[in-house]
Amino acid sequence: MPMLETGIKNEVEIPPISNTELGKEETPLQLIVKRFMKHRLAVAGSIFMLFIILVAIFAPWIAPKEPFQVYDEFSAPPSAEHWLGTDQVGRDLFTRLIYASRVSMVVGLGAVLIYSIIGTIVGAVSGYFGGWVDIVLMRLTDVFMSFPSLMLILVVVSILGPNLLNIIWILGLLGWPSVARLVRGSVLSLKHVDFVKSGVVLGLSTPRILFQHILPNAIAPILVQATFGIAAAIIVEASLSFLGMGVQPPTASWGNMLTDAQSLTVLTSQPWLWVPPGIMIVLVVLAINFIGDGLRDALDPKTLK
Amino acid sequence: MVPYIIRRLLIAIPVLFGVTIVNFIIINMAPGNPVDMYVDPNTSQELLNLRKEQLGLNDPLWVQFFHWLGNLVQGNLGYSFSTYEPVSKVILERIGPTFQLTFLALIIGLIIALPIGIMSAVKQYSKIDYLATGTSFFGISIPHFFLGLGLIYIFAVQLQWLPAGGMSTLGSEDDFFDKIKHLILPVMVLAVGIAGQYVRYVRASLLEVLGQDYLRTARAKGLKEIVITNKHALKNALIPIITIIGLEIPFLLGGAVITEQVFQWPGMGQLTIQSIMSRDYPTLMALNLLTAFMVLFANLFTDILYSFVDPRIKYK
Repeated sequence: MPMLETGIKNEVEIPPISNTELGKEETPLQLIVKRFMKHRLAVAGSIFMLFIILVAIFAPWIAPKEPFQVYDEFSAPPSAEHWLGTDQVGRDLFTRLIYASRVSMVVGLGAVLIYSIIGTIVGAVSGYFGGWVDIVLMRLTDVFMSFPSLMLILVVVSILGPNLLNIIWILGLLGWPSVARLVRGSVLSLKHVDFVKSGVVLGLSTPRILFQHILPNAIAPILVQATFGIAAAIIVEASLSFLGMGVQPPTASWGNMLTDAQSLTVLTSQPWLWVPPGIMIVLVVLAINFIGDGLRDALDPKTLK
Repeated sequence: MVPYIIRRLLIAIPVLFGVTIVNFIIINMAPGNPVDMYVDPNTSQELLNLRKEQLGLNDPLWVQFFHWLGNLVQGNLGYSFSTYEPVSKVILERIGPTFQLTFLALIIGLIIALPIGIMSAVKQYSKIDYLATGTSFFGISIPHFFLGLGLIYIFAVQLQWLPAGGMSTLGSEDDFFDKIKHLILPVMVLAVGIAGQYVRYVRASLLEVLGQDYLRTARAKGLKEIVITNKHALKNALIPIITIIGLEIPFLLGGAVITEQVFQWPGMGQLTIQSIMSRDYPTLMALNLLTAFMVLFANLFTDILYSFVDPRIKYK
């Protein structure tokens, strides 16, 4: 943590002006980008994710068929008409595979955005104010960290009803403790740094010190944690949907496309039903994890010179 | 040491209390109440109200909470809605299979992860390191249900070497090899994820230690590289790993939910899913509480263990 201060202080002490003055001096951002580009797997992951996000956004234009349209042949193997075959109801699987990317992206980004905001606020308040506020908030964090996430999520989903919006909210409202601890740690080490103290001396308001001076310098670990969090949220959504406790058909999700494979006949004789969505989950989660690893290396202040 | 343990136990009490409150609130968000589920639909409304009054369901929520907490402290977890057996009995039957599965997976996962993680750190940025990094991320990224289905497809359906699910073949429950055969696939699924994770941890932890001064001294003394890594560096690098293992054991139990469902393994994870499907709230409540208690206990245990393994840590 002490290394974190020095590394991040650089970012503050070198305003963009120094760039023009010194000519070829690299800004921290340029340095981070350069270091990220060195992580080949992370670059490959970024390109792949860009592709998937474009597919998700433009799904209606890309998909060859309609996702809910039922065709004559059900459980048909791949053909020129249906590239990946049709499911047990007779819907085009390739189209559904494309549309399902939307579910994964929305759940991953939505849930992580919600819990990152909650976690950041809780952690920042806890670390900055200390005292009984800190004690109460940290015990609350302990309480929420005590429940194994998947089990608690399953129970809450079963009570509130399984649907896309509920899953985003539940993942968002239960995921904040780890972010809160992370932010609290950063804030604790940053609040004794000179530029923060001078802010206090200048009489800046507490929210301004917290949100304009401390948090921008604590953003790196949050960003890394959030990236891995997106991957984890996508897996949780897929698992819930697989169990029938997540996104409900007819809406396609990579997880619920695998539900039918729990029956041995589908598993054995119709692999086109369950292999493609499974591979999509693995590829997307893998790509995001690589990006997270690349970001961690690129943002690590220990090696930021 | 002893004052430290006592202080930790005292901190655990409010957290435990919080866990029970959260659990109670969540279960109470569920629609309906136990009386609606027990009695047959022909019972008159007056009788229903009377029964509710007797069970204390008309009391304010906080009264109900303390009533329930009182029963809990006496070890009375209530009765399962679906089997009408005491919840404690239902859960007790399921703990054994889950422990078998998860601990075996943890041990095998660690046996795979340790050498790979060490090699990956010692030969940082080599081809071996990139291969290990790629594979370990693959292990982390593949969802349990997809890996499970894939393994069933290959080893149970195509090759027919191993059973597709369950804990034993009907009629040969005492056969040791039969048990092992049933364990292999689900243990593999869990072990792949665990190994992937721990390769990352071991690598990071060892890299951190390898850069330290005392190892430069060891090198300057002319010690062989293999002695430096295995004797001097590894000891310190493994300390944080112990913590992670301790903290993750309870989460492993939760993580087995999917695997148990895919392989029809009669453990706590499968019980969770079954209880959710049958809206068996007393069982769910007890399962959630039990796992939360295990998390708290594991945290405490790891902290204490830590001070034994690492003499640099002094608790006051």
